[in-house]
Amino acid sequence: MLDLTYETPKIKTIAGAKHDWELVIGMEVHAQVSSNAKLFSGASTRFGAEPNSNVAFVDAAMPGMLPVINEYCVEQAVRTGLGLKAEINLVSAFDRKNYFYPDLPQGYQISQLYHPIVGEGEVLVELGDGTARKVRIERIHMEQDAGKSIHDMDPNMSFVDLNRTGVCLMEIVSRPDIRGPEEAAAYIAKLRQIMRYLGTCDGNMQNGNLRADVNVSICLPGAYEKYMETQDFSHLGTRCEIKNMNSMRFIQQAIEVEARRQIAIVEGGGEVEQETRLYDPDKGETRSMRSKEEAHDYRYFPDPDLMPLEIEQAWVDDIAKALPELPDEKKARFISDFGLSDYDASVLTADVESAGYFEAVAEGRDGKLAANWVINELFGRLKKEDHDITESPVSPAQLGGIIELITKGDISGKIAKDLFEIVYTEGGEPSEIVEKRGMKQVTDTGAIETAVDEVIAANPAQVEKAKANPKLAGWFVGQVMKATGGKANPKAVNQIVAAKLGL
Amino acid sequence: MSIDQNTAAKVAKLARIKVEEDALPALASEFNTILGFIEQLNEVDVEGVEPMVSVTPMRLKRRDDVVTDGDQQDKVLSNAPDAREGFFAVPKVVE
Amino acid sequence: MSDLNKLTLAEARDALRKGDTTSVELTESCLAAIDAADALNAFVHKTPDIALERAAAADTRIKSGDAPSMCGLPIGIKDLFCTKGVPSQAASRILEGFKPEYESTVSQKLADAGAVMLGKLNMDEFAMGSSNETSVYGNAVNPWRRGNDDAPLTPGGSSGGSAAAVAADLCLAATGTDTGGSIRQPAAFTGTVGIKPTYGRCSRWGIVAFASSLDQAGPMTKSVRDAAIMLEAMMGHDPKDSTSAELAVPDFEAMLTGDIRGKKIGIPREYHMEGMPAEIDALWAEGRKMLADAGAEIVDISLPHTKYALPAYYVIAPAEASSNLARYDGVRYGHRATLAQGDGITEMYEKTRAEGFGHEVQRRVMVGTYVLSAGFYDAYYNRARRVRTLIKRDFETVFAQGVDAILTPATPSAAFGLGEMTDADPVQMYLNDVFTVTVNLAGLPGISVPAGVDAQGLPLGLQLIGRPWEEGDLLNTAYALETAAGFVAKPGNWW
Repeated sequence: MLDLTYETPKIKTIAGAKHDWELVIGMEVHAQVSSNAKLFSGASTRFGAEPNSNVAFVDAAMPGMLPVINEYCVEQAVRTGLGLKAEINLVSAFDRKNYFYPDLPQGYQISQLYHPIVGEGEVLVELGDGTARKVRIERIHMEQDAGKSIHDMDPNMSFVDLNRTGVCLMEIVSRPDIRGPEEAAAYIAKLRQIMRYLGTCDGNMQNGNLRADVNVSICLPGAYEKYMETQDFSHLGTRCEIKNMNSMRFIQQAIEVEARRQIAIVEGGGEVEQETRLYDPDKGETRSMRSKEEAHDYRYFPDPDLMPLEIEQAWVDDIAKALPELPDEKKARFISDFGLSDYDASVLTADVESAGYFEAVAEGRDGKLAANWVINELFGRLKKEDHDITESPVSPAQLGGIIELITKGDISGKIAKDLFEIVYTEGGEPSEIVEKRGMKQVTDTGAIETAVDEVIAANPAQVEKAKANPKLAGWFVGQVMKATGGKANPKAVNQIVAAKLGL
Repeated sequence: MSIDQNTAAKVAKLARIKVEEDALPALASEFNTILGFIEQLNEVDVEGVEPMVSVTPMRLKRRDDVVTDGDQQDKVLSNAPDAREGFFAVPKVVE
Repeated sequence: MSDLNKLTLAEARDALRKGDTTSVELTESCLAAIDAADALNAFVHKTPDIALERAAAADTRIKSGDAPSMCGLPIGIKDLFCTKGVPSQAASRILEGFKPEYESTVSQKLADAGAVMLGKLNMDEFAMGSSNETSVYGNAVNPWRRGNDDAPLTPGGSSGGSAAAVAADLCLAATGTDTGGSIRQPAAFTGTVGIKPTYGRCSRWGIVAFASSLDQAGPMTKSVRDAAIMLEAMMGHDPKDSTSAELAVPDFEAMLTGDIRGKKIGIPREYHMEGMPAEIDALWAEGRKMLADAGAEIVDISLPHTKYALPAYYVIAPAEASSNLARYDGVRYGHRATLAQGDGITEMYEKTRAEGFGHEVQRRVMVGTYVLSAGFYDAYYNRARRVRTLIKRDFETVFAQGVDAILTPATPSAAFGLGEMTDADPVQMYLNDVFTVTVNLAGLPGISVPAGVDAQGLPLGLQLIGRPWEEGDLLNTAYALETAAGFVAKPGNWW
């Protein structure tokens, strides 16, 4: 089990004109379930299709059309819940959230307000400096995504594409436990990592498959602790929600900007108004979305087209059993089983493919050496060509072969780097390459002795100098290495040179 | 509970139905008649009674995750009052 | 054969199988009757081409000995059902011009059973109404009249066009839908049979939704036997409707033995309404006697929350409707208002919905919006759902006591005159559903059977309410009642 202990990170403060202020952040992360078909229709979820081509009549809310749930989506929500160590609710239900918008064809979004499928959980968010924050998850519910309105194709009209309408989202709602912009980014990164491990969401923020609404408020030092003690929100400042963010960088900027805006209001004697805001990255400011907010009353009520969703404990247990090892556990295991540093283990468990690659290399070999080679040589080389681990031309077996040659003493570290480059660019079985190209280290002491004898015989003056100054023995080692084309085992050469020179 | 013209106007707005100013008094009065009728429900002791969830309870049906629908842009748009270049067109939405 | 349109489904089916007539002849007879009955305003979209094509196909199947249960039988379809390529507008302006690219499950099942669609039938807009007067097409007219008085009467609603068409022999049978009594009340007003099955029996897929937790389709026919034949063809599990029951469909016609000896029939005391016409009371007493004479055991029962059914209904139905009708926004289909310079999306919604929805629909959508809005949800909507639980429990209690069916009047009056209720407040009109609405709230099957006429010669119906999923048993009790009542009156053809 998890055996990582962390310090709690220091809380970021922002200096106002009068006080230092702390930030309190809660997030609603919308993660698109990686499914083939939509939550309530058989239309495809494929990104980038012709407008309105991935649309079933249900998605277009044609009269008389009815929703039927995609069981795979339910399973992914449960998996995600289990991955966040959350309570799974065996009975959940769908509600309608009613509002008018052109990309919401039904005039309501099917969501889960009153009875979400997943209850309380938690996420350990590491900040990379050995500190980590535990962020509580309040709930996860399933809901339909809306379509897309395009406002810039015509001066007077907006254009509506329903391809995205009805795609299954998981809304992951955190408690206000995040205390700064960096923590916010780290929190999303961690959720993304976990969901990618689980395979429930691809985490592609650029395509909008992972986006967040960020609730930001400010408070004076000490207030947050009072909230945590009592769970009474009145200790905290009024929050504003920054909607629909799909970039880690913008999320951090927006939080900072929004916090400063609120500080200025409060220090100026004003009051922060609870509202929804949009971040404008060009102007570097948040602005109110009053038009959308106006007279909002969602009139949630249970969707009469859908019975409550009842799932069986045995089904949940089966899903739990089939759960992959998750990042925290994997990292702990890498540290304990392979003797890796916290940092190396973090790097190697960042995504499941890297971790899998590393394990295949390290299996039955020197774990630390394997980690060094994967992180420094392989990742470095891949990065240079903008490739990811799945595109590596060097297989774990090949890299493992190189490492074995090093461990056995067949090749030196320097030769190994040359060998790696050959395998990377040309391919081939490392031991065969070494054999064929004569890259093997000479460990035969007889051959080395002969070479040493030749060098000594040819350089009597140097021998005298070296006897007086033993440091000069290195010169003989260099000459021997040169004579053997770098293949002599340096350790053996050192010993023999010293012995022959009588040092 | 009595509904005034203001409330009637708010409800009309929420339902996105344009109601002319001069029609509001009659609308409010109709609401009051109906709500007065509904208010009989307050006589019922509902203590401890669960709200009905489904009248004929059954296990919620599930679908497999298979693409079986879509790929019918022409049919999706065929009834549209204004469709352009594969999109539904509506008056400009200001966010 | 003459007057083929006057046949029942069973008679026509038997004649077709014997080769006494053809589906094309039957269909032509109905089409002629329809064309001669524009004064009834029952058929609002006629589909003679589709009808004759399907009739010819049916004749081929009959000849080849491959005739399904309703092969070649001409019927009408309520405008609430989406029918592929045929206008389907729920009698609303907001669906003006809408031609679905799909066919409702129920109308598809009927087509698969060989039935021939003659056209679409008038109704109250979005099935909201009890008199057919909220239709964008103008009201349908009841073929029945009071004695020699030629004042036009309502065929009831919302399935008024269906009831009028069947009563006037424009079609052999028709589909209806019933959310609070919309099949049973018009059936009672027109001397026809109408059954609403248990919630979940007929797929709702492709039927324009009014109130999802209450809506059910059912047949409107000239006899109980016809209701059995047609209901069987309409129902069955549909994977496209999450509320559709996964149950086998029994052979209802085979269950019509007329033998109800030993059946326990409950008479609910709460259905004695104050101010109910004596004729209704007398008919009810007569029905009780008929069933007793047929060997049933009559017991007095209590359904204590009956009084609260109508107010609960008028919270739940408008609430669901307000959400179900949000999709009519002028974006993807149907009517869109012409906009003024500078109008934005909100104006488009508001004008489209104001122009597209009639007054009653607007009223219900707004009432529904109100009862769901912040601060009122618990007081209205959740309370109504709790009361609904109690109403269902009332029925469960009497069924647990061994009651097989419950006998009540179908309506508190005979058909009333068109326009008579115009000045009444909306609640007066709602009272039409007082005996039928409990059945929808409890999800039970209910059938209206013509059982007599009033002093003015207008038909009156009795309602039988059955146990959930036991439509077969209910139909058999209704068959016994029908046989005993021997209702044979027909309206004179004045149109």
